[in-house]
Amino acid sequence: MPLLSLLIWLPILGGVWVGVAGTRARDVRAVRADSLVISAVTFLLSLVLWAHFDPARGDMQFVERHDWIPAFDIYYHLGIDGIALPLILLTTLSTVLVVLAGWVVITDRVAHYMAAFLILEGAMIGVFAARDVILFYVFWEAMLIPMFLIIGIWGGRRRVYAALKFFLYTFLGSVFMLVGLLYLYAKAGTFDLAQLQNARPGLLAQQWLFLAFLLAFAVKVPMWPVHTWLPDAHVEAPTGGSVILAAIMLKMGAYGFLRFSLPILPDACRAFAVPMMLLSLIAIVYIGFVALVQQDMKKLIAYSSISHMGFVTLGFFLIFPTPAHGGYGNMELLGLSGALVQMISHGFVSGALFLCVGVLYDRMHSREIRDYGGVANTMPAFASLMTLFAMANCGLPGTSGFVGEFMVILAAMHAGFWYSLIAALTLILGAAYTLWMLKRVVFGAISNDRVAALSDIGLREGFVLGVLAILVLGLGVWPAPLTHAMQASLEALVAQISPVQVALP
Amino acid sequence: MGAYCSAIVLAPLIGALIAGLFGRQIGRAGAHTAAIGGVAVSTALSLIVFKQIVIDGAPAYNAAWYEWAQAGSLQFSLGFLIDRLSATMMAVVSFVSLMVHIYTIGYMADDPGYQRFFSYIALFTFSMLMLVMSNNFLQLFFGWEAVGLVSYLLIGFWFKKPTAIYASLKAFLANRVGDFGFLLGIALILAYFGTLDYHEVFANARHVAGATITVWHGRPWPVVTLICLLLFVGAMGKSAQMPLHVWLPDSMEGPTPISALIHAATMVTAGIFMVARMSPLYELSDTALNVVMTIGALTAFLMGLLGLVQNDIKRVIAYSTLSQLGYMTVALGASAYGVAIFHLVTHAFFKALLFLAAGSVIIGLHHEQDMRHMGGLYKYMPVTWITSLIGALALMGFPGLAGFYSKDAIIEAVHASALPAAHWAYLAVLFGVFFTALYSFRLFFMVFHGRERLEPHAREHLHESPAVVTVPLLLLALPSVVAGYVMAPAVFSGDFFAGAIVVNESHDAMHRIAEEFHGSGAMLLHGLTAAPTWLALAGVAVAWVFYLRRPEWPALLARRLSLLYWALLNKYGFDGFNEIVFAGGARASGQLLWRAGDRGVIDGLAVNGSARAVGWLARQVRRVQSGYLYHYAFVMILGMLLLLVYFTHGLGRW
Repeated sequence: MPLLSLLIWLPILGGVWVGVAGTRARDVRAVRADSLVISAVTFLLSLVLWAHFDPARGDMQFVERHDWIPAFDIYYHLGIDGIALPLILLTTLSTVLVVLAGWVVITDRVAHYMAAFLILEGAMIGVFAARDVILFYVFWEAMLIPMFLIIGIWGGRRRVYAALKFFLYTFLGSVFMLVGLLYLYAKAGTFDLAQLQNARPGLLAQQWLFLAFLLAFAVKVPMWPVHTWLPDAHVEAPTGGSVILAAIMLKMGAYGFLRFSLPILPDACRAFAVPMMLLSLIAIVYIGFVALVQQDMKKLIAYSSISHMGFVTLGFFLIFPTPAHGGYGNMELLGLSGALVQMISHGFVSGALFLCVGVLYDRMHSREIRDYGGVANTMPAFASLMTLFAMANCGLPGTSGFVGEFMVILAAMHAGFWYSLIAALTLILGAAYTLWMLKRVVFGAISNDRVAALSDIGLREGFVLGVLAILVLGLGVWPAPLTHAMQASLEALVAQISPVQVALP
Repeated sequence: MGAYCSAIVLAPLIGALIAGLFGRQIGRAGAHTAAIGGVAVSTALSLIVFKQIVIDGAPAYNAAWYEWAQAGSLQFSLGFLIDRLSATMMAVVSFVSLMVHIYTIGYMADDPGYQRFFSYIALFTFSMLMLVMSNNFLQLFFGWEAVGLVSYLLIGFWFKKPTAIYASLKAFLANRVGDFGFLLGIALILAYFGTLDYHEVFANARHVAGATITVWHGRPWPVVTLICLLLFVGAMGKSAQMPLHVWLPDSMEGPTPISALIHAATMVTAGIFMVARMSPLYELSDTALNVVMTIGALTAFLMGLLGLVQNDIKRVIAYSTLSQLGYMTVALGASAYGVAIFHLVTHAFFKALLFLAAGSVIIGLHHEQDMRHMGGLYKYMPVTWITSLIGALALMGFPGLAGFYSKDAIIEAVHASALPAAHWAYLAVLFGVFFTALYSFRLFFMVFHGRERLEPHAREHLHESPAVVTVPLLLLALPSVVAGYVMAPAVFSGDFFAGAIVVNESHDAMHRIAEEFHGSGAMLLHGLTAAPTWLALAGVAVAWVFYLRRPEWPALLARRLSLLYWALLNKYGFDGFNEIVFAGGARASGQLLWRAGDRGVIDGLAVNGSARAVGWLARQVRRVQSGYLYHYAFVMILGMLLLLVYFTHGLGRW
C-alpha cells in the first residue's frame, strides 16, 4: 500500500472536495464533520505508518518511486526515515486539533477554511516525505499558498500587511534555494536527494550553495535577523493558522538544514559552524529580552518561539567544533537528538500556548495582556492547563520543553563553556517572560467585568488542550521512544557529515 | 528494595493526581484521604528502609529505574541510590511531610482551595523524594526543579493576593538563577566524565582532579573547582544563601503549612543535601570549600540580625531559617558534611515545629500575623505555648535539646577547620548564637507573654487549636528534644554516613570532633560551661529585658543606631538593588532591542526600507514610460549611437 502517497493526497484531494462541495451545500455542520473525518483518517494512517516503521534502520522506508518528468530525471520519489516520521506524526495530529479548534469559532467561509488546512497538511507531509529535489520544491512552495490565504482571509486587522510580509520573506528565500538546486543538478546531474548527498561539491561551491539554502531555511526557522515576519504573521493569523505556523511550518527550515545543508554541504557547514552558532545564541538571548516587553500575548509567544528555535539550529551546528574538553564520542548525537526533540516539543508547547490565547481571544476579542488579570478565578480548568504549558515553555523537567534544551545545553558545553552558558540563560529569560505573562493574565484578583463574565473551557477545548497536555508530559517523562526512533537515522546523518578530504574548488 | 523505592515515590504522586484531577468528585475528605494515604505509605516504607540501611547496616542499593532517553551510546536513566544519607533524608522528608499533611486538615479547613492544596503538597513529597533518592544528576535536576515548581505554586496558592503572586514569581526566578549555575555544573560534569551517574562520576573524580579549563583570558582553572562552584550556585538558590536568599522571606506569603514543610524543613535543605552528596567532588577543591564557608558564614550572621527587626511572626522564623541554613552551609565548608546533615535533621524538626506553632497562633487569632498585636497568649493556648518554648530552646541550642548537639558541633568543626575562611567564619557562627537566642525569645515573649495587645476581632474566638493541629505539634516536639541526644554518638563517631560521604584526610575537622566526643551526656555537661551556651543565655536575658521588663528600650536603641536600624529594615538593600538593576535592566534591554533592533534597524531599515527602495526605484523608472513618442525616439537614437560607437571602435580593443 503506498502509505506515504495516501498520507499526502488524501488530505489534499479531501480538502479540494470539502472546498468545492462545501461551498455549494452550505451546510456548515457537514463541512466540519467531513473535515474532521478526513483529518482523523489521515492521522490514523500516520499511526499505521508509525506501527510499521522499523527504528533499527537508518535508511529510507516506505519508498515509492515513479517516473514523473523523465526528460529531466525528475521522479515522484517518496520515503521517510526516523527524522521525518515524528514530524509527519506531529503534522497529522496538529491538523486534527486545528480542525477541532476552529469548530464553532470560524463562521466565515468554513468550507474554504477547512480546505486550506487540509491541503496545507498534504503539502507539508509532502515536504517531509519527498526524496526528489523538484518534488520537494513543489511541495515547499505549495505550502505557502494556503497559509497566505489563511492569514490574508481569516486574519486580524493588519492581515494584508502580515500576509504579504510572510509571503515575500519566505518566497524571496526559496528563490535562492531554487537557484542552488538547479546549480546542483547542473553539477551532479541528478535531482535525487540520496545521490546529491554523495556529490560533495568543492568547498567554495559548497559555501555559495550553503548561503543560498541558508536564506530559504533561515527565514523559515526563523533565525535572527530574518525573523521579523513571524510576530506579524502570528498576531494577524487566526488561531489555527498560528498553531500550524508554529508547530510545523517553522520546522520546515530546520528540516531543510537536516536534509540539504548538513548532508549535502557538510564542509561548508563546518566552515560556517561558528557564525551559525552565534546567530542561534543571539536568537536565544536577544529574542528572550524582546519577548519580555511584549504587550500582546501572541507576539510574546511568537518571540518565545523564535528563541526556542534557536536551540534547534544551535544543536545542528554544535556538532562541528572540535571538542574543547577531554571529549568522548556521541556528543554530536546528543546535540542533534536534542535539536530534534526540541522541534517536536516546540510543536506541542507553542501550539498549545497559541490555542490558549485563542481560547481567551474567542471570549474577549483581545490579545492584550493588560485586558486580562485573574482569569484563574473564572476559568480554573483553563488556568491549570495554561500553567502547565507555560511551565513547559520554561523548560521545566518533566515536560517536553526540558528534554531538547537540556540535551543541547549539555552538548554545547562540549563545544565551549561560553556557548553553554549563553544558551543556558534561557532558563532565566524563558521563565521571566513566560511566568510574568502568566502572572498578569491568569493570576491575581478579577481585574474587570469582562474577566468576571468568562466561562471556563468546554468539552471541545478541554479535549484539544488535554491531548497536548498528555503529550507534553508524556514526552517529558519518557522521551526514550522518540529518541530511539530517530537514533539510527541520526547516526547515518553523522556518518555522512564526517569530514573527508575536500578537493580544492 | 527496587519495589520499595518505586512505591515510595509513586504513592504520593498517585495521591496528588487523585486529589488534583478528581478533587471535585471525591470531595474534601476524599482528597485528603488520598494525599495522606499516599504519604503515609511513603513514610512507613521509608522508615523500613531507614531501619534496614542505617540501623541494620544493609549495603547501599544502587540501580536504574527506567531508561529516560538515549543519544548514541549515551544513556540517560532514572534510578535510585539508597545509602545511609538518602535513607536518612527519606525518613525526615516523609515524616515531616506526613505531619504537615495532617496539620493541614485543620489549618486549611475553611479554604476553598482545599483539594488543590493537598494535591500540591503530595506532589511536593513526590518531587522531594525523587530528589533525595536519585542516583544521577538528571533526576537530581528533575527533583530540584520540580520542588521549585511546587514551591512556586504554593507561595502563589492564594492567587488573588498581589503580594503572593509577586512572591511566587520572585521565588521562581531567584531559583532559576541558581538552577542556571546548577545546570552548567551538570553540563561540565557530562563533558568531562561522560556520564551523569553518581557512582561513575565519583569513581573517576580523582582522574579529572588534575584537568583544567580556560574560561577567561588564558587563566586555567581546575575543572573540579568550577564544577563545585557552579553546583553551589544551584545550592545558593535552593537553600537561599546570599545573595540569592531574597525569595525566602517573601515566600511567607504562602500558607503556613508550606512555610513549615517546604520553606523550612525540606526543600530549602536540598542544597545542603546536594553538597553533602557531592562530597567526593567538593573534597577535591579547597577553593570551593572556602567559598562555601564564606557564603554560609555571611548568611548565618547577617540574616540572623534581620530577624531582630521583623514584626511578622512568620518572617522572623523565615530569617531564622536563612540563618540556620547558613550554619549548615558553614559546616559543609568545613568538610563536616555529616554535621551539616545532622543540623538539617534537627532543624527540620524544631523549625517545622516553630512554624506550625506560629500557624496555630495565626489561626487562633483569625489570621493575625503581626506580633505587635499579640502578647500573653500562654493563658489561652497552653499546648502551642509549651511546644513553642521547646522549639525556641531547641533552636537556640539549649544544652540537651536537638539544636544544641548539631549547632555546637558546627561551631567546633569550624574551629577545627584549617581553611583560611574558617578564621572569621568561626566568629560569625559563634556570635550568631547570641542573636539566634535573642530573636527566638523576642518572638516567644512578644507572642506569649507580656501585655495583651490583641485586636478585638482576634480576641473574640481565641482558643487553643483543634487536635489535628496540636497532635502534630506534640509529635514534632518529641524529636526536637531527643533527636540530638540520640543521633549524636552515631554522627560524631563518623559511622552514620559511612560510605555516603567522603572526606579528604587533610580536612580532618570531623576527626577532632570524634576525638573530643565522649557520649551525649558528657557533651551536655561540657556544654553547660561552654561559650555558646552562655552567649545563648545572654541572648535570652537581653530579650527578657527588652521585651518584658523594659519594652521601651528597643525603640530607644533603634533611634541611637538609626543607620544600622535603617539598613536592617531595608534588608541591606538587596531587594531594591535587584528590582532596579536586574528587573529594570532586563525590561530596559528588552525595550531597547525591540524598538531599536527589531522595529528600527531590521524592520525599519532592512525590510520596509527595501520595500520602500523598490517602490522608489519603480517610481523613478515609471517616469521613463512617459507616453511621449519623442522621448522613446530619443532613447532609441541614443542607444543606436552607443551601439554604433561600440561596434566601430570598441570591438576588439576593449
